[in-house]
Amino acid sequence: MSTRQTYPLHIGPTHPAFKEPVQFNFEIEGERVITCDIEFGYTHRAVEHIARERNFIQILYLLERICGICSVSHPMAYCLAVEQAAEIEVPPRAKYIRTIIGELERLHSHLLWTGVAAHEIGFDTLFLYTWNIREKVLDCLETITGNRINYGILTIGGVRRDITPDLYPVLQETLDYYYDVFERAREIILDNMSIQLRCKNVGILSHENALAYCAVGPTARASGVPRDVRVDYPVNAYPDIEWLKPVSPLDAGREPRGDVYDRMIVRVHEIHQSIDIINFCMENMPEGAVDVEPKATKMISTLKKVQGEGIGRYEAPRGEVSHYDILDNREGPLLMKVKAPTYSNGITWMKMFDNVEIADIPIVIASIDPCVACADRMSFVDSGGRRSIMTSADLHRLSVEKQRRIGK
Amino acid sequence: MIRKKISLKNLKRSLWAFHLNTGSCNACDIEILATLMPRYDAERFGIKLVGTPRHADVLLVTGTVTEKIKDKVLRVYEQVPEPKLVIVIGGCGSTKGVFQESYAMAGPIDNFIPVDVFIPGCPPRPEAIVYGIAKAWEKIEESEKRNGAAS
Repeated sequence: MSTRQTYPLHIGPTHPAFKEPVQFNFEIEGERVITCDIEFGYTHRAVEHIARERNFIQILYLLERICGICSVSHPMAYCLAVEQAAEIEVPPRAKYIRTIIGELERLHSHLLWTGVAAHEIGFDTLFLYTWNIREKVLDCLETITGNRINYGILTIGGVRRDITPDLYPVLQETLDYYYDVFERAREIILDNMSIQLRCKNVGILSHENALAYCAVGPTARASGVPRDVRVDYPVNAYPDIEWLKPVSPLDAGREPRGDVYDRMIVRVHEIHQSIDIINFCMENMPEGAVDVEPKATKMISTLKKVQGEGIGRYEAPRGEVSHYDILDNREGPLLMKVKAPTYSNGITWMKMFDNVEIADIPIVIASIDPCVACADRMSFVDSGGRRSIMTSADLHRLSVEKQRRIGK
Repeated sequence: MIRKKISLKNLKRSLWAFHLNTGSCNACDIEILATLMPRYDAERFGIKLVGTPRHADVLLVTGTVTEKIKDKVLRVYEQVPEPKLVIVIGGCGSTKGVFQESYAMAGPIDNFIPVDVFIPGCPPRPEAIVYGIAKAWEKIEESEKRNGAAS
């Protein structure tokens, strides 16, 4: 008998280390992970199926609820896709407001992630600190849009509410607050010894693997892949921002290695980038209308005359989210396809878990900022062609088939 | 499922909660965490999140229950020791909300486990979550008074 033995370790679907139901099946040898398999599907809610029975405006509110953290990104990509198909030109002021809301969302999402990552390595003081400073941006979003989460501000052809001049002081105060606290927060997060000990050289995704496995967003940028939809395919106000470039660990003077610490650097520096972008948008905000057509029914009847297809790409806090819509003289899209960033980044887990200690599993899982609720919209097919999302009807059918097989 | 009588004697101390995500969109989940953070600081009432259902008095359920997670929800519910409270947070946990026509839904949650308090909202504000937990407390006290008067 061989002395080297592996044993299976199952984590999830309900586990205090994850905020979302997802199951990991590891093969462990001693303290080291040998292989990793991921089982999604616990939050599959059939969003694309529901969308077929709703009209263009109703879908916006359904898409916000794909994920509560990136609740602007999905409607944004959808609006861009429909606007491309129907050739609607969005007013410049609406473009700037969209950018501001999108960047405020990135700000709160990255602060949230930093807190969760600190919590995963047991550094709860930092968790409380970042979540405390995050409340400021939520207050700002609430003042502008009326809600802390799920803002409901986007619509096809513009935005639903203007940022009126009396709201400028609120935004300015928020920006000043973050400019003040950023340097201190950066120091606490990145210069901390315990964070460096736990995050450096853990969960490495090499440059080659990041390209091969199509990593997106901060996960790709941390591995030295300068990929950012805001720069590569700019929409909204991003074409006007000439100094915008993808964040890299080189900004902090570190050669990109693709470990958890690099991903932390990228996210922390993107917080500063977001504040700068909001500042730019406020200084250069054009005047004018914020909407092509304020009446929802008129917009639907305009879109009903359209035949065509469109793709919307947007850089969500977690990476690229893309929507594909076909319009075919209906009140809603004939087909809607959503691709969320975690769908790409989730696969890179397989490489990251190579030779990782059991104690580092939570921080490696958290390092890509997973959003399982985003990714669970499709059946996952593994190399053997096995469907891993099965409804009870599917299982019943399989059970009947097996019974027949055995009975013969 | 038959519910044992909730005794105040056993819940006089702080309420410890286990957070169970049954297919929610994360919005309610981050609001639960925001409730525990320094701004709202629910821990001053003794409310805190615990790592296992076996240590919990309260089950905080978010999300409408998907087909795949239904069995796990029942298993977690059975692991919580008596007396226990179930609080549902968010509109989709209470009524399926925006996901009405979905084929993947087994919920809403009160189809299979008894629920004490529903906190509506999409997502509910942290103040609403604290208020909901306070309501659950009141509910125990009232049932205790009624039982005391009857005996």
